[in-house]
Order: sequence, then structure tokens, then C-alpha cells
Amino acid sequence: LNTHGHSADALRDLIILITVVCTVVWLMVVGFLLWALARRREVPRRDSDTERKMALSIRLAIAATILTVAGLTIASFYTTRDLNSSNGASLTVRVKAQQWWWQFAYQASDQEPPFLTANELHIPVNKDVRLELEALDVIHSLWIPSLAGKLDMIPGRKNIITIRATRPGIYRGQCAEFCGLQHSHMAFVVVVEEGAAYQRWVAAQAAPAVEPAMAEASAGKAVFMSKPCAACHTIRGTSATGTSGPDLTHVASRRTIGAGLLETTRGSLAAWIADPQTLKPGSNMPLVPLTSDELRQISAYMEELR
Amino acid sequence: MTRDQGARVPLDVDISDAELERQLKETWSSKPGLWGAISTVDHKVVAGRYIATAFVFLILGGLLAMAMRLQLSQPEARFINPDRYNQIFTMHGSTMMFLFAVPVMEAMAAYLVPLMVGTRNIAFPRLNAFSYWIFLFGGILIWVAFALDTAPDVGWFAYVPLAGPQYAPGKRADLWAQMITFTEVAALAVAVEIVVTVFKQRAPGMSLDRIPVLVWAMLVMSFLVIMAMPAIMFSSTTLILDRLVGTHFYNPAEGGDALLWQHLFWFFGHPEVYIIFLPAVGMVSTILPAFVGRPLFGYMLLVMALITTGVLSFGLWVHHMFTVGLPRVGESFFTASSMSIAVPAGIQIFCWLATLWAGKPVYKTPLLFILGFIVTFVMGGMTGVMVASVPFDTQVHDTYFVVAHFHYVLIGGAVFPLIAAVYYWFPKMTGRMMSERLGRWSFWLIFCGFHLTFFPMHILGLWGMPRRIYTYQPELPWTSLNLFVSLSALVLAGGFLVFFVNAIRSWRNGLPAGSNPWGAATLEWATSSPPPPYNFRRIPVVSSLDPLTPGENELPVVAGLRTDRRELLVTSVVEALPQARESSTTDSVWPFWAAVATSVMLVWSIFTPWAVVWGSIPVAITLIGWFWPKGSPEDES
Amino acid sequence: MKDRIVLDASALPMHGMGAASPTWWATCAFMLIEGSGFALAIAVYLYLMSLAPSWPMEAPPPDLWAGTWLTLMLIASVVPNVLVSRWAHRRDLRKVQVGLVVMTMLGIIPLVLRAFEFTTLHIRWDDNAYGSIVWMLLGLHTTHILTDVVDTVVLACLMFSRHADNTRRYGDVQDNCMYWNFVVVAWLPLYGCIYGLARL
Ligand code: HEA
Ligand code: HEA
Ligand code: HEC
Ligand code: CUA
Ligand SMILES: [Cu+2]
Repeated sequence: LNTHGHSADALRDLIILITVVCTVVWLMVVGFLLWALARRREVPRRDSDTERKMALSIRLAIAATILTVAGLTIASFYTTRDLNSSNGASLTVRVKAQQWWWQFAYQASDQEPPFLTANELHIPVNKDVRLELEALDVIHSLWIPSLAGKLDMIPGRKNIITIRATRPGIYRGQCAEFCGLQHSHMAFVVVVEEGAAYQRWVAAQAAPAVEPAMAEASAGKAVFMSKPCAACHTIRGTSATGTSGPDLTHVASRRTIGAGLLETTRGSLAAWIADPQTLKPGSNMPLVPLTSDELRQISAYMEELR
Repeated sequence: MTRDQGARVPLDVDISDAELERQLKETWSSKPGLWGAISTVDHKVVAGRYIATAFVFLILGGLLAMAMRLQLSQPEARFINPDRYNQIFTMHGSTMMFLFAVPVMEAMAAYLVPLMVGTRNIAFPRLNAFSYWIFLFGGILIWVAFALDTAPDVGWFAYVPLAGPQYAPGKRADLWAQMITFTEVAALAVAVEIVVTVFKQRAPGMSLDRIPVLVWAMLVMSFLVIMAMPAIMFSSTTLILDRLVGTHFYNPAEGGDALLWQHLFWFFGHPEVYIIFLPAVGMVSTILPAFVGRPLFGYMLLVMALITTGVLSFGLWVHHMFTVGLPRVGESFFTASSMSIAVPAGIQIFCWLATLWAGKPVYKTPLLFILGFIVTFVMGGMTGVMVASVPFDTQVHDTYFVVAHFHYVLIGGAVFPLIAAVYYWFPKMTGRMMSERLGRWSFWLIFCGFHLTFFPMHILGLWGMPRRIYTYQPELPWTSLNLFVSLSALVLAGGFLVFFVNAIRSWRNGLPAGSNPWGAATLEWATSSPPPPYNFRRIPVVSSLDPLTPGENELPVVAGLRTDRRELLVTSVVEALPQARESSTTDSVWPFWAAVATSVMLVWSIFTPWAVVWGSIPVAITLIGWFWPKGSPEDES
Repeated sequence: MKDRIVLDASALPMHGMGAASPTWWATCAFMLIEGSGFALAIAVYLYLMSLAPSWPMEAPPPDLWAGTWLTLMLIASVVPNVLVSRWAHRRDLRKVQVGLVVMTMLGIIPLVLRAFEFTTLHIRWDDNAYGSIVWMLLGLHTTHILTDVVDTVVLACLMFSRHADNTRRYGDVQDNCMYWNFVVVAWLPLYGCIYGLARL
């Protein structure tokens, strides 16, 4: 039945165990039911001998139920304990969920201010990573099925989950608590990398945005700064310091935009900027009227923000 | 006391059965026409309406389900926009739970319990009528809102802050909360009636150990309603207050707490599922013996199991909140308590299996649905045990796995028995049999359609498909299964269609049923089908668990009741010894007006708190009209 | 099916009193509903208290005088209440009439005190969660006093009308008395929360 599984290995084992046990119980019940129906008999039985036999078997069945259930409880208790036996996380990422995207705040080093990124979480392989979960508006829930079970993000509370990936790769994560219109499109990508690759990524992300090279992109930058965009988005190293939208310093380096909605390409960037409300109805990014030139310029600029 | 005036009042002794029936009919019948229809307090009429209305809501809710399945049948479909989709699944869940499942079970109780305990009307018949009107108005309110595109869109458990003042502008969430108030008032009223009917109006001799299992189930259900519903009343009221007058119960910025809502909701919400399920247990236990030709095995065990389930159900609400990040010890406790529910559930299943094993099954439609129930419910119970494990649940919570679980237990565990019950009691209620041929068709379509629809949802859940999404992306591996599910849902809907067609056709021209077509042993079969307004010509006397023995055609009864007023017997709680000849109230339009006044107040209060002040005046007036004695014989003592 | 008469009920009374009356049981059931409501409200109070860094939140605890006077009034009212119930049991119309008038007064005075009580809370319902729950507790209890007073007034009117001398009415009076006792008893833990716990 079950698919993925990694640091969620313990979970997978438990799931298989419980599923098997329950399937067996179900088969026994249905098997007995069929036998009871298939038995040939002339008259309904109600003599005291039968009644006594039935009472005995029921008592046995109840005892078996109690044992099974107790067994499953203990099994799940031990798994829970297992899951929480992490030993000191090497890295902490603060996750802020909001309608309908994710912000990940990394503390690159103690001196530097944290850098922000959105909808893409990078972690080093085989390291415990501590995620501090907060919600800015309503309840969301962080779920990376291949790595761990889910944990809710609740306004006014802070939950902490520790994950550990055992194999490099790209995994999908998503919001698992209904949070309004675009709950369906609130996914993110988890990239698990070897240490060196991860360090390279951190360095790249911590750096300010590159200056646009092409003329079209420079024009795009100017448009970006003069339009409302800059009021919502930050591009480090420029005058754009808005905070209500995702940090765009390195948008084009991310695999997706719009919280897992579209793959990042020049075309999808343009489509998104031209009309976010059709692609993701209700999203908190408004349609900013742009001429087609401006649109082309801005997307060129975005595409250079690697 | 006016006991010795007895000579002047008409009693039911020393007159012919025909004459007695004529007099009783005169006393107990409702007036014809619209006025009579509005003012009737006959529990059978009111409950019949209740049941019919609830089934209408099942159809409406089912149609919404079909709309969801349409939207989900392919990735990034655009049949329904997200706003509408959110309204649809909220309405589907709320309609099914609050306007179909709970009311239909209460209504079955209101119909059957008075007949099964051998009395002439439910206790507080006017309250019963009031309850129906309130339920109806609440349902209309929310469906009108849906038609106007202002239906709630926050899910059937309306978590704050999404449903709070900041993130749910407009009146949608208020309408949801107020609909809850309507249905809870209605449910509480019926619960009180059932408790009192069972405690005080049982036929003489029906001591506690002779109460039919169905009546026990309804009694436990009523207590669950009484203890659990205040929680949802409290939470929906405080939600409205937060939204309307700016209180801060759920606002973390001012010391409130978002989890408080979840605790309150599930403190109600979990017992709620047993409010739906326990009556179904009662139905199965009552129907089964009639089709295997032997009494139920393990009466005492079953009754104990019912009570245990009821008590335990208050100790597991946290299993709906396993992923909110509560302390681990606490969660383990709730895993243990949730799993322990498997024990009483198991007892029930084992008793039924034993009954089947020792009996000689006659495969009529009701029995088919019961067998379908056993297969399906046990599976739903197993997935219940799975999600009761915290680590397991962290993977499947809020996915289609849970959706599969609860449809297995709700439809497999409650709707199947309910349909069996309709097939079984339809002859009693209408005097006509339902078609056996269509019955088989409906069973196989519903049974197969159900499993084909909902089994794949387990897999979808394990593949990571969250619930409450209006669409998904084509690159995810869910597409083909979703299409399959949607197509299977058509089969399921077809099965329901056959069932409804069967019911409507048989109601008009089914075969006449006679008073006891199944040869059953409980008291409702002792009277004609459909029962006369006074239920029993004379109130029966009970001396065993199965008052009707086959072949016997004499019924031990009580005499000495007056025929010129609505009189029934009040008996003691434990032994059911006669205590008094109590009167049952007459028809009255006041419950209707009181319901109108209450509805106006409740709807108005969505807009201004002052409605509670001004609106309560007409409510008080109608209530006084309701209770003020009219000097009828019923008021004598 | 034919009837075989095995029992004669004609000698039974035409209305039962106390535990033999369905109304009595219904009153109990409603008390159970409302009792659950109060218990939950208190649980919420304790829950919010356990979350808050300080309690009461950003406000001094409520002044004692109005609440305490009200509590004393309520407790005192139990005595005439029990008497009325007893008189009703004995079907003593005159005394019941007087008693109901007295009980109406004893119901209205707490309502007046309650109005003052709201002014001694030092917090509004929309200030913070503490304010919300305190107002909720008081409001919930006030509606109970209010409904019972209205019920008492209606009963008083009935007892002066031609419907008065009837076992049914006396039963109603007794149920009303029982309900008032419930309203009083329910107040005590609320008082403990609002005034006691806020001072710890
Ligand atoms: C009629 C309704 C009904 C019934 C009867 C049940 C029965 C049970 N439910 Fe279910 N449940 C719901 C309706 C119901 N549920 C709904 C509506 C939701 C979702 C709400 C929402 O989120 O929208 C839900 C959600 C839900 C959750 C939360 C999941 C989540 O949100 O992540 C959990 C977790 O523990 C749970 C557990 C159980 C258990 C342990 C039982 C047990 O009672 C089952 C017991 C029965 C058996 C076990 C089978 C018979 C027993 C035997 C044959 C004996 C042998 C057995 C063993 C050895 C194990 N249910
Ligand atoms: C008793 C309760 C009950 C019942 C019976 C059903 C019945 C069905 N449910 Fe429902 N469901 C819930 C209770 C119920 N559900 C709840 C509580 C939720 C959670 C909501 C939430 O998340 O807030 C839910 C959620 C839910 C979802 C998840 C939505 C989401 O998360 O996005 C889905 C998806 O497939 C679904 C499907 C179905 C289907 C296909 C049926 C089918 O069984 C329906 C069968 C079809 C019919 C009954 C219609 C038949 C009628 C006709 C064909 C017309 C005949 C006309 C005449 C005779 C005039 N349900
Ligand atoms: C009112 C605030 C606001 C304005 C103005 C705004 N945005 Fe956004 N933007 C957002 C929000 C919020 C999101 C996240 C939406 C989501 O994923 O649901 C977003 C997302 C984006 C993304 C995708 C980022 C990612 O990683 O998913 C891009 C690119 C973007 N905006 C560019 C622009 C441009 C270019 C403009 C100006 C034309 C602009 N935005 C104007 C709020 C705004
Ligand atoms: Cu965020 Cu769902
Ligand atoms: Cu539950």
C-alpha cells in the first residue's frame, strides 16, 4: 500500500505493522461471517449447550481484542519515543506559514542577519534539522510525507519538529490543514543535498541579488521598483524591502513559484506576474496592471535573479 | 384528587373494541387541513416529517458530494472555483452530520421509542413539534445561504482563526454557527423527550432488563446529546461573540487560544460520531433476530457495550488533534483510550456474529444491509484503530485516508443500518411493503459502489493526497484513482436513487403489510400498520424481553384509562410499575409560533446583539401561550 | 390481536407528583444540560487561566461587594424557596401565592445586584480573553436568573387565576423551586472562580 519513506522509516514500519494486524483481524471477522452464513442447518439453535459455547468463544474473542489493542498501543508508543529521540540539531530553520506560501528563515552564521527564502527548503543530508514552525494568520500544517509526519502550525504557538533525511533528493512538502481558498496550492520543495552542495547553496542565497546584466532586465528592475511590487517584495541589495510577499532575491534559483504552483521558467514568471488571480484565485498577490513591454522586462529581471 | 368522579368520565373498560377505537380516535386525532398539520403533536407524524426532511438533506448533501467528485475527477479541473468548492465541502459535511445523520437518528428514536416501550405518545409532544420546526428552519437557513452564495466555507469543524473575525469576513461563518445552534436546540429537545419517555412511559412490566436494545441505544444516545451538545453550543456562541461583539476567546493576541476551539469542538465532535453510530447498533440488534429466527445473543453484553462506548466517548476527543503538537504522554493516553473503544465495538460485532452463527438467516433486504454493515463497519473500525495510533496518524491525518475512514464508519456503520431500518420499519410506518427486487438492486449497487468509491481513498491518502483540496496538479500520481473514485461514486448514487425510487413507489402502491410482516417480537408490531394516532388500543403489559411470541394472538393489556382525554401510563423508572394515569398534551399551534419567534431571534442575532434582547420578547410570549392551561380535560388532575 | 386485560389502572391518580411526574424528570434533564454548560464554561476559565502568564489578565480582580451581596442574597433565597416548595406539596394555595410573590422579589433583587456586579469587574468583554470569559460566566448565569424569574412571574399569575388549584400547578411550582435551587448552587463555583481564583 505504502509508498515513500525515509527518516519516516520508523513510521513506515509501524504503518505496515498496524495495517497487517488490522487486515488480519478484518479477514478473520469476515471469514467467520462467511462461515456462519454458509453453515448448513435446519433450525435456529438456542439450546443451552450452544449458548454456553458461544459465550465462551465471545469471551475468548474479547480477550484477543484486548491483547491486540494493547499490543498496538505499545507499538505506537515506542515508535513515538523513537521519533523524538533526536540528539541535538545542527541546524535550525524558522518556518513561517501564511496564506498561501511558506517562508523559510535561515541563520547563515551568528553574525549575519538571517536570509529568507520561500517555498523551497534546503537541508543537508544525514543531519538533524530543527524546524521552528509558526503561522502568521491561520492554522497550517507542515507535511513532508517522505521525511516525517505532519505537525500543525498554529497562530500564537510555536511547534518544533526535527527532521533528518537519509538520502539526497527532492521531496514534495505541502500544507495539510485546510487554510482557505488556496490550501490546495500551498506546497513546497525540499531539496536534500550533500554537505558541500548545501554550503554552496547557503552562500549563494545569503548573497544580495545580482545586478541585472541585460538591458531588458535593468529596465525590468526599474519597473519593479516603481510599481507596487517593491512594496510587498524584498530584493536584497535593492530598494525593494516589502515583506508581505516572498523574498525574491533569488527567485529564479528556486524550482517553483507560487508555492509549488508552476515550474520556474521565464514564461511561467510572466504568466504569474501578468495574472496571479487566474492562476491562483484568491492569492494575496494582486494583479498589477502592466503593459506588455513592462511585463516582458520584469520577467527578464526576475529570471536573472538566480 | 378527582379519582371518585370516575363514574362520570368514559373509561376503556366494558366497551367493544370498535367503540373504544372510535372514541380514542376522536380524542387523539389531529384536525384535518393546514392548521391541523401545523399544530399536530403526534410523534409519528412529526417523526415521519423529520425522517423525510432528513432524507431530503441526504439527497442534497449527496448531490454536493457528486459535485465534488466531478471537480476532483481530473487535475486542475475548473468546473468549480475554489470559493465554491470550499462552500460545497463545508455544506456537504455540515449537512450530512447536522442535518442528516443526527436528526435522522433522533427522528427514528422519536418514531420508534414510544411504540417500542408501548406508550401512546412521546413525552412532551409539543416540544417534539417545536424541535422539528427549529430543525427545518435551521436547514432552510443554511441552504438559502448556500443558494445566495454565502454559505460557510470553513469546513464542518470551522477551525479558528480561519473562521474567526479576521479571516472569515462576511456572515458566512456566523450562518454556520447559528445553523449549529438551531440543530442543537432541536437535538437537545428530542434527547430530553427520549430520556423521559424511556424512564417514565414504559409499558407496565418492562423493567430495565426488558427494554429492547434499540431503546437502550437511543437512551444512551440521548445522554450523549445532553452531555456533549452544550460544548458545541458554547463554542458556536463564543465564536459568534468573537465575531460580533469583539470578545477574544480565540484570539491569541489577547490571551485567547486557537486550540481552545478544537478542544471544545471535538469534546462534542467525538461523542457526536457515536450519537450517530449507537442508534445504528440498536437497529442492527433489533432487526437481526427477525431474520435469523432466534433471539439476539448476549443482550446484557450488548447493553453494557453501549453504555461503555457512551462513557468512553468523552475521553477521546484529542485523537482528532494528534498533530497539533501536544505533549507526548497526553497523546499516548488518548491513543490508548481510542483503541480501547475497539473492545465494546468488538463485543457488539461478536454478539451479532454469534447470533448469525446459531440462527438460520433469511436473506431479505434488511439482512443484506446488515451483512454489508458488518463487513464495512469492521473495516472502518480497523482504519479507526490505525488512525488512533499517534505516529500513524501524523502521516494520514487530514488526508483522504481519514476521509475513507469516516465514510466507512458513517455510511458503512450508520447509513447501511439506517437503510436496513427503513426497509424493516417501512411496513410499520406506511402499512406497505417495499419491493424486494428493487431492494436487492439497491443493496448491491450501494454496497459495490460504496467500496469502489471509498476503498481507493485509503490508497490516495497513503499516497499523500490531502483532503479539502479543490484541485491537484497533473504531475501528482493521484489522477487515475481519482477518476476511478468519481466514476464509482456514480454507481453509489445510482444505488441511492434506486432506494429512493423504491421507497416512493412502495409508499404509493406497495403490497399491504399487515401488522407484523416479519414475525418480530417487539411491541411496535403489536398494533396495526400504520399505527393509529393513539398507538395502542390498550397499553400492553410486558413480562419478558420479547413481548410478542409467534403464534400467540392475545396481548396482555392494561385497562382503566380514560378515553375522553389523551391519557397514558406513567411507570416507575426501574421496574416500570404503574404510578399514574398522566395526560399527554393536545395539539397546539404555539410550538410552531415559538419556533418561528426563536428562529427570527437567532437569525437576527447574526447581525446585532440587540436581537437577543428584543427577539426574546416574542419568544417569551409564544412560550407563555404554549404553557398556559386551556382548561381542557388534559389539564385535570 | 386480541386484548387480554390483566391490569386495571383506573384507580391510579391522574397526575403524579415529584419523581412520578415526567415534568420533574424533564427539569432534571434540563438541569443536566445546563450543568454541563456551566461545567464547560468553568473548564474554559481554568484553561485560559492556565495559559495566561498572569491572571487576571491586565486588570485588578473584581471588587467583592456586589458579587458577595448577590451570593448572600441567593443563598438566603433558598429558605423561602424551600418553604414554597413545601407549601406547594401541601397544596396550600394562599401560602404558595404569597411565596411566589416573595420569590419574584428575591429574583429581581439579584438581577439588580448583578447589574452592579458587571460594573465592578474592571474589565470589558472586548479587552482580552479574561474579560471575555468573565463576562461569559456572568452572562450565562444572568440568563438563568432571568428565565427563572420570568417563569416565577408567570407561575405567580397562574396561581392567582382560575387554573390555580390543581395538582399540576403545584407540581410546576415545585419544579420551579427545584430549578431555582439549581440556579443558586450553580452560582457558587462561578463565584469561586470569578472572585476566588482571580485573587490567588
Ligand atoms: C459513525 C461514526 C464513527 C465511528 C463509529 C468511528 C469510530 C472510530 N473512530 Fe472515527 N471518525 C469519524 C467517525 C466515526 N469514527 C469521523 C466523522 C471522523 C473525521 C472527522 C473529520 O476530521 O472530519 C473520524 C476521525 C477519527 C480519528 C481522527 C483522524 C484524524 O483526523 O487524523 C480517529 C483517531 O483516532 C478515529 C478513531 C476511531 C476509532 C478508534 C473508532 C472505533 O470506535 C472503531 C471501533 C471498531 C472496531 C475496532 C471494529 C470492530 C471490532 C472488532 C471486530 C474487534 C477486534 C478489533 C481489534 C483487535 C482491533 N476516528
Ligand atoms: C453521514 C455522512 C456522510 C455521507 C452519507 C457522505 C456521503 C458521501 N461523501 Fe462525504 N463527507 C462527510 C460525511 C458524509 N459523506 C463529512 C463529515 C465530510 C468532511 C467535510 C469537511 O471536510 O468539512 C465529507 C467529505 C467528503 C469528501 C472530501 C472532500 C474534501 O475533503 O475535499 C468527499 C470526496 O470525495 C466526499 C464524498 C462523498 C460521497 C461520494 C458520498 C456519497 O455516499 C453520496 C452518495 C450520493 C447520494 C446520496 C445522492 C443520491 C441522490 C440522488 C442520485 C438523487 C435522487 C433524487 C431523488 C430521489 C429526488 N465526502
Ligand atoms: C499586495 C502585495 C503584492 C504585490 C503588490 C506584488 N506581490 Fe508578488 N507576491 C505577493 C504574495 C503574497 C505572493 C505569494 C503568493 C502565493 O504564492 O500565494 C507573491 C508571489 C510572487 C512571486 C512568486 C514567488 C515565489 O517564490 O513563489 C513573484 C515572482 C512575484 N510575486 C512577483 C511580483 C511582481 C513582479 C510584482 C509587481 C508587478 C508583484 N509581485 C507584486 C504579494 C505581492
Ligand atoms: Cu496552509 Cu493549508
Ligand atoms: Cu473521534
